Amino acid sequence: MSMAVEERSTRAPWALTAPALMLFVGVLLIPLAMTVMLSFHDWGQYKGIEPVFILKNWHEIATDPYYAEMFWRTFRIAILTTLLTALLGAPEAYILNRMSGRWKSFFLLVILGPLLISVVARTLGWALLFGGNNGLVNKLLMSLGAIRSPIPFMFTETGMVVALAHVMMPFMVLSVWAALQRLDPQIENAAMSLGASPATIIRRIIMPQIMPGVLSGAIIVFSLSASAFATPAIIGGRRLKVAATLAYDEFLNTLNWPLGAAVATLLLVALVLIVVGSNALIERRYAEVFR
Amino acid sequence: MAYLELDRVAKQFGAQTVVDDFSLSVGKGEFISFLGPSGCGKTTTLQMIAGFLDPTRGAIRLEGKDLTAVHPAKRGLGIVFQSYALFPHMTAAENVAFGLEMRNVSRGERAERVRAALAMVGLAGYEERHPRRMSGGQQQRVALARALVIKPSVLLLDEPLSNLDAKLREEMQIELRQIQRTIGTTTILVTHDQNEAMSLSDRIVVMSQGKIEQIGTPQETYEKPASAFVSQFLGKTNDFAGTIDQTVAPTQLVAGSWRAPAPAGLGGPVTVSVRPERIGFGDTGLSAKISTRIFQGNHWLFQCDSECGPAIVIRQNDGKAQPAEGDAVRLTWQPADMSVRARAGA
Repeated sequence: MSMAVEERSTRAPWALTAPALMLFVGVLLIPLAMTVMLSFHDWGQYKGIEPVFILKNWHEIATDPYYAEMFWRTFRIAILTTLLTALLGAPEAYILNRMSGRWKSFFLLVILGPLLISVVARTLGWALLFGGNNGLVNKLLMSLGAIRSPIPFMFTETGMVVALAHVMMPFMVLSVWAALQRLDPQIENAAMSLGASPATIIRRIIMPQIMPGVLSGAIIVFSLSASAFATPAIIGGRRLKVAATLAYDEFLNTLNWPLGAAVATLLLVALVLIVVGSNALIERRYAEVFR
Repeated sequence: MAYLELDRVAKQFGAQTVVDDFSLSVGKGEFISFLGPSGCGKTTTLQMIAGFLDPTRGAIRLEGKDLTAVHPAKRGLGIVFQSYALFPHMTAAENVAFGLEMRNVSRGERAERVRAALAMVGLAGYEERHPRRMSGGQQQRVALARALVIKPSVLLLDEPLSNLDAKLREEMQIELRQIQRTIGTTTILVTHDQNEAMSLSDRIVVMSQGKIEQIGTPQETYEKPASAFVSQFLGKTNDFAGTIDQTVAPTQLVAGSWRAPAPAGLGGPVTVSVRPERIGFGDTGLSAKISTRIFQGNHWLFQCDSECGPAIVIRQNDGKAQPAEGDAVRLTWQPADMSVRARAGA
């Protein structure tokens, strides 16, 4: 009797999670493993993919400075995007949190708005505003005489950072907002009654408490920016490639799948290491405060 | 001269008057409680003193100087919040030191005063703890030390004990009173707990719907409540409808079959308030039947149906036999133990 119960109690969790587990293994783990395997295969212009085990692709990525430049640019753009969203998003969340009821829900919708529109549409919007001589903003500024030549936006890293920051802003704002929700509503009054100026309250009391929110928002924004495809593809195109568009090109234009797989795998591994590493750092740093 | 003075202070939020015509003089070193149900305006009044809200009308003066003109950060008041509002990213010592840092107290003196303040609230040795690793009672002590270390001119306590369990609350009440007596800081406590107000304060300000109902010592407010609200809010009471019989001389106060010489200056319908512990069973008086009898150790609690409505009687357990449920009794009390008010609308 007790044996049967025990047996059932160990089997039941497996049985209940089996459908989700099978989906996870089938659509994520297996393709991922196949991509990793693919990165060790050989490829030639005329012979196509050869299922052998060689390090050719990895050797090429490691030695050709072209790839180093690509990855360096990817992470530079991701870091700048993260900084920009943190710099704008944290104050945005703070202001949002201080608004009264009706305005708060209205502006929350404004902030979440970008998530409701396709990334492609949003990025094309930026292109319409700043794209070369025909961009609306460029035209206006030039006709006003404010600038002589159009502000370069398309095919620039600045343009990519700005467009990505716009796309990623909701993640940062929501993450900081969640941290702000945990704040004691009287904490600012408490600091004020002890003689702290508004600037001191922000710096000494609010900032340290929302830092975990900023950092977890930063992890989300960083990993999404580093692996973003649509925005870099539209703003940067072929001229300014990042890791994601590079892998895409290898797969679909050069048809060098193994090299594309190696690029994709490297991006994934680098991102996982960065995210896990910084997460561990944050958890250790703020362990005392946020258990 | 009054140390802290509130002069006809009022606060309105839109069309709603939250505090109205609030006047109070607090002496130096006095312990005052604002007592009332939630929404009576007691916390709003405290926040106006603290400076988190500006009064719509009236003046608040500290030692004769207008306090409303001073920015809350410069008022130098110590405040303990209901939620304690400790800084979770700082240790207990850093929390307490924050106010001194803002006052540019030197590092050495700061350390000494922080140590002394934490020792005073019984937290010596807890300097390096973070608030989240402390119990509610300990957090409360840190909040108190943080408010007191800056040597505030007035200490404001906003329901500081309401988040503690009953036993701890009683301990903290005694401790709070002792600390306040020792350092002599003028203190204002906001509470909805009448026991807390009575055991801690020199004077109680009973509030209801934004208005002061009565200001007096705990004994005065309990024994001589100025209104029906006060008598009902501070402990249990029995209200009997009575009349003053002016057809006889001297005039007589009549409530059911209970009668006594009428107090001067009243006529017509009145309400007679008597505390349950002041009512005894006698041979004459209000006739009643005991509906429930509850034994509570040191006293008996009787619920009676009297000819003037339901009545509660509390008798000390002095070892003597007590009437049983269903017994017919006569309720009687000394005229000095009741308060009589003119009954409106009758």
